[in-house]
Amino acid sequence: MLNIAVMKVGVVSCSGEELPGGTVSRLACRQVLDGLRPHETVTICLPLFIAGGEEERRFAATFPTITVDGCEKRCAQRGTEKLSGKPAKSLVVTEILAQRGLALPTRRRNLDEGDRAGVLAVAEEIAKAVDEVLGS
Amino acid sequence: MSTGRKSVVLLPCSGIGKVYGAVARETAYEVVERVRPGVTALTCLPLLVVEDAEALSLVKGNPVIAIDGCQKECANKSLEAHGVQAARHLHAIDFYKSHKDLKPEGVAELNETGRRLAALAAEEIASLVDECLAKGGAPC
Repeated sequence: MLNIAVMKVGVVSCSGEELPGGTVSRLACRQVLDGLRPHETVTICLPLFIAGGEEERRFAATFPTITVDGCEKRCAQRGTEKLSGKPAKSLVVTEILAQRGLALPTRRRNLDEGDRAGVLAVAEEIAKAVDEVLGS
Repeated sequence: MSTGRKSVVLLPCSGIGKVYGAVARETAYEVVERVRPGVTALTCLPLLVVEDAEALSLVKGNPVIAIDGCQKECANKSLEAHGVQAARHLHAIDFYKSHKDLKPEGVAELNETGRRLAALAAEEIASLVDECLAKGGAPC
């Protein structure tokens, strides 16, 4: 039987509920998972590193992982490093938006069209990082 | 995040893969922003994952209502991992079981029906918030 291993990249969003950056992180990751790179990516909820079992904690060892944080506290990166494994790449929403000259949304929900431009910018950077990980 | 006085902390699921995670999150926003602003607070569940001192102080010093989105119960288990007992532990799917005419859809963002469900759930949670506040931080 032909055995073809399909490499997938893990995407871990901070999803922080308290800050708009967490919302951007969550929405951008879903755009990548559902639209931009649906066949190349998988995800896991960050708190499952605590609440889940051994299988969940092996996530970053199983998949080269990109963490996407909403703020400088970098919970996704630090949590993944501490409980699962070192991420292949670590992105931060505030840094991406600053590089692109885009403002961070001021709302945590019901983002407007301007806010969604920021979400798309972050999603594009995640997709680019996925391609880099798969190409390396 | 912390106001120094007693408030009720809403701790929703941080999931990005299931509709009831989105319901949990939207319900928490409805409580904190619309139904009981000023006496409730929200914190990021991932902050507990990385043992952030300010977040830990908030959940250890105030009654917490945990709202989980699936059977993995990340919100409640993350509290327990730090020795915190939730004042109330809710499951977002129970909101739908009580309002079967409001079927939520969407993962990243809820549809209009899901938002209506969250708004209703938040109004029901308001009485739990009031109960917790009336007891001044004692188990509620």
